[in-house]
Amino acid sequence: MNFKLKDIVPQLITVLAVVLVFSFFTYNAQINMENRGIDFGYGFLSQESSFDVQFSLIEYDGSHSYFRAYLVGLLNTILVSVIGIIIATILGVIVGIARLSPNYLINKFAAFYVEFFRNIPLLLQIFFWYFAALRALPLPQDAEAMFGVFFLTIKGLYVPAFIWQNFNIFFYSITAAIISIIVIRAHAKRVQENQGKQIPVFLISIGLIFIFPLLSFLIGGVKLSFEVPVLKQLATTSFIYEGGVSLPPELIALTLSLSLYTATFIAECVRAGIQGVGKGQKEAAASIGLTPNQVLKLVIMPQALRIIIPPTTNQYLNLTKNSSLAAAIAYPDLVLVFAGTALMQTGKAIEIVSITMFTYLTLSISISILMNWYNKKIAIQEK
Amino acid sequence: MSNINFLKPDRTNLNTFLYLGSFLFFISILDVFLNSFFRLNLTGFLPNFLSFLLPLALGFVGLYFIRIEYSGIKNLDLLNKHINTNNFNAVLSLLIIFVIIKSLPPILSWFVIDASFAGDTKDVCTGSGACWTYIKVWMRRFMYGMYPNAEQWRINLSFVALMLLGSVGYFATDKFKKYLTLYYVVIYPLIAFLFIFFFISGGPVFFDFSYGIIAAILSIIIGFFIPSKFKFYYFLIVPLALYIILKYFLFFEEYIELGKLDGLNWVETGAWGGLSLTFIISFFCLIFCFPIGMAFALGRRSEFPLIRYISVGFIEFWRGVPLITVLFMSAVMFPMFLPEDFFIDKLVRAIIAISLFEAAYVAEVIRGGLQALPRGQYEAAKSLGMGYWKMHIFVILPQALKLVIPGIANTFLALVKDTPLIFVVGLLEIVGMLNLAKTNPKWLGFAMEGYVFAAIIFWIICYAMSKYSYNLEQKYKTDR
Repeated sequence: MNFKLKDIVPQLITVLAVVLVFSFFTYNAQINMENRGIDFGYGFLSQESSFDVQFSLIEYDGSHSYFRAYLVGLLNTILVSVIGIIIATILGVIVGIARLSPNYLINKFAAFYVEFFRNIPLLLQIFFWYFAALRALPLPQDAEAMFGVFFLTIKGLYVPAFIWQNFNIFFYSITAAIISIIVIRAHAKRVQENQGKQIPVFLISIGLIFIFPLLSFLIGGVKLSFEVPVLKQLATTSFIYEGGVSLPPELIALTLSLSLYTATFIAECVRAGIQGVGKGQKEAAASIGLTPNQVLKLVIMPQALRIIIPPTTNQYLNLTKNSSLAAAIAYPDLVLVFAGTALMQTGKAIEIVSITMFTYLTLSISISILMNWYNKKIAIQEK
Repeated sequence: MSNINFLKPDRTNLNTFLYLGSFLFFISILDVFLNSFFRLNLTGFLPNFLSFLLPLALGFVGLYFIRIEYSGIKNLDLLNKHINTNNFNAVLSLLIIFVIIKSLPPILSWFVIDASFAGDTKDVCTGSGACWTYIKVWMRRFMYGMYPNAEQWRINLSFVALMLLGSVGYFATDKFKKYLTLYYVVIYPLIAFLFIFFFISGGPVFFDFSYGIIAAILSIIIGFFIPSKFKFYYFLIVPLALYIILKYFLFFEEYIELGKLDGLNWVETGAWGGLSLTFIISFFCLIFCFPIGMAFALGRRSEFPLIRYISVGFIEFWRGVPLITVLFMSAVMFPMFLPEDFFIDKLVRAIIAISLFEAAYVAEVIRGGLQALPRGQYEAAKSLGMGYWKMHIFVILPQALKLVIPGIANTFLALVKDTPLIFVVGLLEIVGMLNLAKTNPKWLGFAMEGYVFAAIIFWIICYAMSKYSYNLEQKYKTDR
């Protein structure tokens, strides 16, 4: 006999405890819901929601269903996370490299930025940007145009809208450019491996990515025009801008604080990654005659990325989860629209909170699967 | 003509270049400085964009001239090495210097020169600077929330006493050093809890909580005297039994009433707030999340598959959801899961929620430390005949915890920075109080001052904590 009592007992007790706690909770929940006359079920998702959302990417008003409201919130969450991740990555990489600069001033400036922004709670930063900094912006009628087309006002940022004609042809041209670049890269790699000749892939790629869309404009009949926001008077003292795209101040405050905050952590990851590559690697690469660019591209970065990616993934996850702080400044994200307004209206606490948590779990897990796949791709292939 | 070199310094014209370069550099900085501090525009006669670029161009040429390798002048070499290695660096350095000079006057004037400190009404704040009067008037609210003014000495006294008791470790003689772990892990939390329970609250806040804590601590203390053979079963049975005995047989609410200090009014948790609440919540979550996290870290590396799956599920669940939804759950969903007459104070609910949430992060950090230990440590401990608990307590955990000090410190920092989120359950710590004060009709329009004030406080706390953790890391660093 291989199993002992001492091996089975703790497992049984743990499982028993977990099952007991869960059944205790569900039992109470059933009684409570019966007493209050609430029935459990997800049928409310198809009912009419009858509330409005300030800012949504898809068409939405009170006559749509709760499920549509959920989608609106989810899309807003994804929008803010994606913008935040892009800005935070760019800023983080720049600051992380600046932290390694031999230039004393740049180094200290980057260090100051990192130490300053990461030691202040994110919620406080969001409040600061939203309630203090963005409230100091001019009213629409006093706003000065930036480059003649952007208007930054207390009611948000107004940018010109793109109006495309034959957008699909433009899209095809971009796709064609990308495909041809991939083909050329593969070809160049083969040529280099077989004949040792180097083809200037980078220049050709840049050329292609400009030439194909240009051709689509000249031949394909693609036209692009801008719709510039125009000031319009509603009443004697009330002005708004019409036309163009308006980004609400909540979105600006949220992306700004999320990316400034997360960039500090990404900067530290990047710094640790580059420092983690041994000095000998760089010297060895230089000694076999690689140019500085090649050293960075072929030797340093592949190794540094291996150290950088896992913690950076964590930061992306954190940013996505932190975007739920939007509820504090009334940006209509998933938590505010669904776990806030919809919950107040339907009173279905268990269903709505569980859907919200499940959504965040799915988002987190999908980001981590994606990054794990990438991480595995660039990991050392051991034989 | 080849020996006349206008653009690059050499041995013969080194001094000329040095003087010329320093002069240009100095002029460019002086121009920006005068412009920024005294509103003097030396280059005002030039067109707008030129006068903007001129100092940059002058400084760039100046730095180009003084970029002399191994000039033999020590300060110059240092300058070149640090801010002036090549053209690109020179431009960046100049830009940073200009930004600093340009931004100093507005910041200084807002913070100090134009700010108003005196008085205690809004009328004194007429200048363009900050209104620190606002902070002064609201100081008590920011520190203590809605805690009654007459009772605030209780919070102060408790915190001072706890700080004194917490600093015992620095004064302990060698004879008592070996008891310090016991003191900090078991006795100090108990004292802190009693202080907060009897003194700050003075009423029936933490009833159920207190049974649990007293039961846990009693059973740990008794556990030291139990022979190791029975320890496993002891810890399976006794804490729970003790809790039930305390709750249903021995420790009636009247006892707590008896233990109450005379003349202290009960202050309900809804009135707690401000910075003191930040400290209370951080403290409790810190002492709770650490053992829970450790348990789940060990559970995740357990040999028993069922325990492992449960631990993995717990950790991944809490790490996958944002704290705000966890607090939402504790506020709206959790009461549905409890018997109807059973009420848990919302502060306690928030503390439980945050503790469980942070425990998952602590668990992952500790797991990292456990995995980083070489297998030899485990094998050596086992070969000495140590059991699972003995091996972990005396060999594995002391080493693993030393390894993960930075990670744990980061988690605790995140915990402190997450406390403002309790606004979700209706508790107002310092950031929540700021938002409340901001909407007071008598004091409209001072959001900036409030947020800057809170930011400074949080920055000091977090920066001090991170520096302290760095010191700890250096102190416990062992070469392997």
